[in-house]
Amino acid sequence: MHDLANLAIETAKRRGASYADVRLMDIRHRDISTKNGEVGNLAESESLGIGIRVIASGAWGFSSTDRLTKEGVQACAAEAVAIAKASALAKRENVALAPEHSHVDTWQNPFLKDPFRIPVEQQINLLLAADKEMRRVKGVTVAEGSMSFRRIDQLFVSSTGSSIHQIKMSSGAGIFATSFAGSEIQKRSYPSSFGGQHMLQGYELVESFDLVGNAQRIAEECVALHSAAQCPEGQKTIVLGSSQLGLQIHESIGHPIELDRVLGMEANFAGMSFLTTDKLGKLKYGSDIVNVVADARLEHGPGLGTFAYDDEGVAAQCTPIITNGLFTGYLSSRETAASIGEKRSGGTVRCESWNRLPMIRMTNISINPGTWKYADLIADTDDAILMDTNRSWSIDDKRYHFQFSTEIGWEIKGGKQGRMIKNPSYSGITTEFWNSCDAICSRDYWTLWGTPNCGKGQPQQVMGTGHGASPARFRNIKVGVAFAK
Amino acid sequence: MANKNAQLSLEELERIAEKILKLSAADETEVDASAGTDALTRFANNTIHQNVAEHTLGISVRAVMDGRTARATTNKTDDESLRRVVESAMTLARNQPENPDLLPMLGKQKYQKVSRFFSSTAETTPEERAKAVTRVCKMANKATQTAAGIFSSGESRSVVANSRGLVAHYEQTRAEFSVTILEPNSSGWAKSNSPDIRKIDPAELAERAAGTAAGSRAPREIPAGRYTTILSPSAVLDLVGFLFYDFAGTAVLDKRSCFTGRLGKKVFGDNITIWDDAYHPLQSGAPYDGEGVPRQKVLLVDRGIPKNLVYARATAKKMKAKPTGHGFSLPNEYGEAPMNLVFGGGDKSTDEMIRTTERGILVTRLWYIREVDPYEKILTGMTRDGTFLIENGRVSGGVRNFRFNQSVIEMLSNVEMLGPAVRAAGEESFEMVVPPMKVRNFHFSEVTKF
Repeated sequence: MHDLANLAIETAKRRGASYADVRLMDIRHRDISTKNGEVGNLAESESLGIGIRVIASGAWGFSSTDRLTKEGVQACAAEAVAIAKASALAKRENVALAPEHSHVDTWQNPFLKDPFRIPVEQQINLLLAADKEMRRVKGVTVAEGSMSFRRIDQLFVSSTGSSIHQIKMSSGAGIFATSFAGSEIQKRSYPSSFGGQHMLQGYELVESFDLVGNAQRIAEECVALHSAAQCPEGQKTIVLGSSQLGLQIHESIGHPIELDRVLGMEANFAGMSFLTTDKLGKLKYGSDIVNVVADARLEHGPGLGTFAYDDEGVAAQCTPIITNGLFTGYLSSRETAASIGEKRSGGTVRCESWNRLPMIRMTNISINPGTWKYADLIADTDDAILMDTNRSWSIDDKRYHFQFSTEIGWEIKGGKQGRMIKNPSYSGITTEFWNSCDAICSRDYWTLWGTPNCGKGQPQQVMGTGHGASPARFRNIKVGVAFAK
Repeated sequence: MANKNAQLSLEELERIAEKILKLSAADETEVDASAGTDALTRFANNTIHQNVAEHTLGISVRAVMDGRTARATTNKTDDESLRRVVESAMTLARNQPENPDLLPMLGKQKYQKVSRFFSSTAETTPEERAKAVTRVCKMANKATQTAAGIFSSGESRSVVANSRGLVAHYEQTRAEFSVTILEPNSSGWAKSNSPDIRKIDPAELAERAAGTAAGSRAPREIPAGRYTTILSPSAVLDLVGFLFYDFAGTAVLDKRSCFTGRLGKKVFGDNITIWDDAYHPLQSGAPYDGEGVPRQKVLLVDRGIPKNLVYARATAKKMKAKPTGHGFSLPNEYGEAPMNLVFGGGDKSTDEMIRTTERGILVTRLWYIREVDPYEKILTGMTRDGTFLIENGRVSGGVRNFRFNQSVIEMLSNVEMLGPAVRAAGEESFEMVVPPMKVRNFHFSEVTKF
């Protein structure tokens, strides 16, 4: 494989490229789902190919192929250069990259159990056992479960001497109960919604969830939601569970700090950002207790945004994004870092597959733990709604105004968790929201959640991102708008 | 386009399928072999910043063993890889409980011909896309505006074949141009796609987006509330697109459809009629489903009353209906869905809709739409890239973008006027044939900062 990668680089240079890098990726998936006691999906796939990115005539070109022959790779490299030269027709200035040392390295994320070596029958049986527990609860109309596993074996080689081999193994699973009654459909998920929890780990992650042990509880909660009180409308204190806070970080911090978005490169599809470069180091993003980092290093945890090197060969880093409430950093690439005068890329560039151009993606965008014990936070809260497990999410194209709803909520009255609330929702403006944060739970309650389905780019790429969070409290938040008449 | 030889022909894909069917020792075997080339030129800040091409191949094998089925996929075509993918599918199939719903594979079928492959699209070069983009960027520069967008072209072909003699094949091209024109405090957007690149006029789309940006300068903030609202075809598409799975037999069987308990009852206004029609001249896609069943034209909603659903073969058996050719590739838990929705249109122009509106909102584009309530079909999302206030029958200027929380069921009961149905392109849904609509009492719940 090294020979093909080097051939691609040499061909690109011979055709006139001033810079070239390649990603040879061998990607394997296993996806299993069950529904109402039967296997739904059962599939495996493998995909091997090469993506070649070049700068020629001062502009970018990219081509990819799964024809991994000498001729196929040479033709692909030549096409990448031809495309770059066509791009140069509409260039305003030459592409410039922030410097990065060359790296020669090999890395693999640690895991205990290779999910592809676990018999598929065992994996199906686990999902079906949880399915059975959910369907024992009267009123559950659909019981579902899913697992997905991904192994990416990738080689990065650049014309500046880098050669990096990385193997990334990720696992994820979840169970989901749905109940229809009257004129209402309610749903509960565990450990999280939209595919469950995913991390850069092996099958040991799935085993740690105790899906069967939690199945009856979420099924009962799902059915109980039909008779719960409707979320009120008005201004309230809210406490967010850690998975919901993880998605709040994703949408209202993770996306607006993408420097390609800030610089207008995503204007046509994903949109832009309110975080214009004049706000760096000046904007009070959140209250003093809000500290957020973008950390791709393994020491942050085995998140979906963890790696040793990004997909343009930059070593993993930790960038302070919000420091004691102040906006202090962006997610950057070599090109965007150079364009705002940064000395080095933040190392956040990744691609979904060999056939996609690497671009800025969230790594692990996490809020640092606070100091509160969860029980103390509830006891300290007089009148609030606790909201947990995301149900819907939406934010404007500059990432100011958001609205989220969650699967379930509970009243907090006089420092105690009270009756269940259905259809909880809240909305607000990003900076007002983060400045209203007055309590964050400690490391004991902090979870590195995985979002496996983040879409960005044209053609769109789906990427996994990580978000560490612990439950937190926010004051004077608008609730209930989603269901207002 | 260079590297053309990466794209396998239909005959070559058929030969690969035949080889796999001979290799397989499964009780039944199905092969879905596909190949494609896609190229995309992306621009922003009046310059090309991304220009990509990809050549892909997928060989997907479904094996049936003792009433169990599973799928394995590879992009390698050497004999060893083909043997391995068959073996993987068989191994996966063996290691699971028997599937009581699994039907024998379908035999040979007849398909209605559709012509959706245009050499003009397939032969588009990076230089041609770059020239069109350069022209748009120059237009924007001259008007001191900023352009961002994409111009893409591609082709794909696929063969579905099984061990009972079914062989179906399809090829199509696709082209798309999308442009956002930015001004310091406003923006405009336009998008079009077609299998035939000659039907796309990048300069005309850019002019339209530029006009929207210029017309919505210095947007005013007006209060949220319920407004008479004129929705562009793209905005309509992105809202009604959320209904598509509700028409699946499986969704009703699982009680996850908003039509559960509402079939045959008046749900929408008299002026709403919806078909699924893969053969409509403005539609695209193959004339068969994931199992090779020929697609049928289905009347889904007749003058406001949901009349029919679509069914995969297994769903049809469970629900005592006939398969309609809308099943997904097996195995899957979702069953089926109509993928070629066509709404009945009207004869009102957007100008007439505006002229007859005393106070209302004109929407160019919607964004980040998500489902809030699956049964009442309440959706939330934002307006974007050109939102206007209408006062006394004329557009009086741009307004800050709104968040909406709106039931689609209520919206389709409140349609006052319909324009001609067109092939619309949006962001949240696949392409459909939908009209612009004038809707009363559309619920904008909050306002953002721009």
